Amino acid sequence: MRYLLNVNTLEYNPELCTGCRRCVEVCPHAVFEMKDRKARFVDKNRCMECGACQQNCDTGALKVQTGVGCSAAILQSIFTGKPAVCGTGDGSGAGCC
Amino acid sequence: MLFEPVKTPAMAALRPELPSIKASEILKRPEPLAVINDRWGFQGYLGAFLARTTSWRNRYDLRPGLYAFGTPGDADEILVTANYKLTFDKLRRHLRGRNSWILVLDTKGINVWCAAGKGTFGTKELISKINEWRLHSLVNHRRVIVPQLGAVGIAAHAVQKSTGFRVHYGPVDARDLIAYLDNNRVATPAMRRVRFNWRDRLVLTPMELIPSFKYFWKYALAVGILFGFQPGGIIFANVLNQGGPYMVVGAAGVISGALLAPLLLPFLPFRSFAVKGWFVGAATVAALWAIFADSSITRAMIEDPSYYALWFSAFSVVFIPAVSSFVALQFTGSTTYTHMTGVYKEHKYALPFYIFAAIFSIAIIVGHKLFLLYVEFA
Repeated sequence: MRYLLNVNTLEYNPELCTGCRRCVEVCPHAVFEMKDRKARFVDKNRCMECGACQQNCDTGALKVQTGVGCSAAILQSIFTGKPAVCGTGDGSGAGCC
Repeated sequence: MLFEPVKTPAMAALRPELPSIKASEILKRPEPLAVINDRWGFQGYLGAFLARTTSWRNRYDLRPGLYAFGTPGDADEILVTANYKLTFDKLRRHLRGRNSWILVLDTKGINVWCAAGKGTFGTKELISKINEWRLHSLVNHRRVIVPQLGAVGIAAHAVQKSTGFRVHYGPVDARDLIAYLDNNRVATPAMRRVRFNWRDRLVLTPMELIPSFKYFWKYALAVGILFGFQPGGIIFANVLNQGGPYMVVGAAGVISGALLAPLLLPFLPFRSFAVKGWFVGAATVAALWAIFADSSITRAMIEDPSYYALWFSAFSVVFIPAVSSFVALQFTGSTTYTHMTGVYKEHKYALPFYIFAAIFSIAIIVGHKLFLLYVEFA
């Protein structure tokens, strides 16, 4: 399943790629594959902006704006002007999940 | 000796309870918090049920730290997980008989993926738990197995640099863990994909329905008060006679958005959840119309001197799809494939529509009530 097309914020700079394969390993939607010892997109539109690839990319070749895709948190942020935060278990955030 | 405190008679008198710590004790294997197995028992099933259906899930946690599953030795794997009890129980169940160490991070009782997104299942916490539980003296290898979805919060290279432990990302689903381990810690492409089949969606619907119904009761109460109040006092018969149908369409909107939309998700047109929800809501209107078109209730509405059928139809046609759309949009927070940029975009377009629908619905229902009073007293 793919969500809204051509709006996700995933960016990839192949020049910084060292071919460590971590992005291929951690991506839950198989956005990347290896080709000639470098990562490349299979389907960028499958990305859900979870941020696992960015977190595990040692050279910063991958950039993505992550955040909760949770409506309650986003509504709260639209009306209060604060960033969208989910419940973290300590009572902060929207407390939805 | 570095760890042998220098003891003088005076010191011993001052702090006689101070034990002498030997270097060999520090290097001794750490004691796990508990030895566990894969049995759930009644408590496990009850807890899982409550966590799936109630706010019980907000406090369904366990003590973070090291656990021994079965009788692990120094060559066995270390599996990292969250301290949400349901997560821990699922891991135990799928480990079957495989002896291993389980390192539970403190995620404030939240599952791996969500906690990783919030950063509590994170690099810092993993490093600190590896050191706190002295994993270096627990095993003779230097690897930990972290669930793949935990990668959102873990920088594998930073963990290795800091502790020497290499992070191996296990499969997405604990169900595949044994197959992954048997395959020399290599996951197949299928094990790396997160899925969202009808079963995955179905288990999430109670926690969509129940919170939505909390708003429904408030709505039903407001409708009841609106139709019950008369200049002479409250007429309880009117609460259900006149308000009842309005309450039913409220419930229909919630069920449509919180149950039907998640279940029918892949079959609904368009990618936007707001639009998907609106479509199910419109289908619900059509279904209700087909069922009730030829009923005595509808005939009574048509013959009602307040033009009940007209007011009620105008209300339902706007209100049911709008509620369904709004509730379906809430489900984006529970799916496994929606992204935040998209959810923001949906809100930008959908909010004006919801505000219009809310004003229209209130105007119609209050207008209907006023017209009822006019017909009765004029």
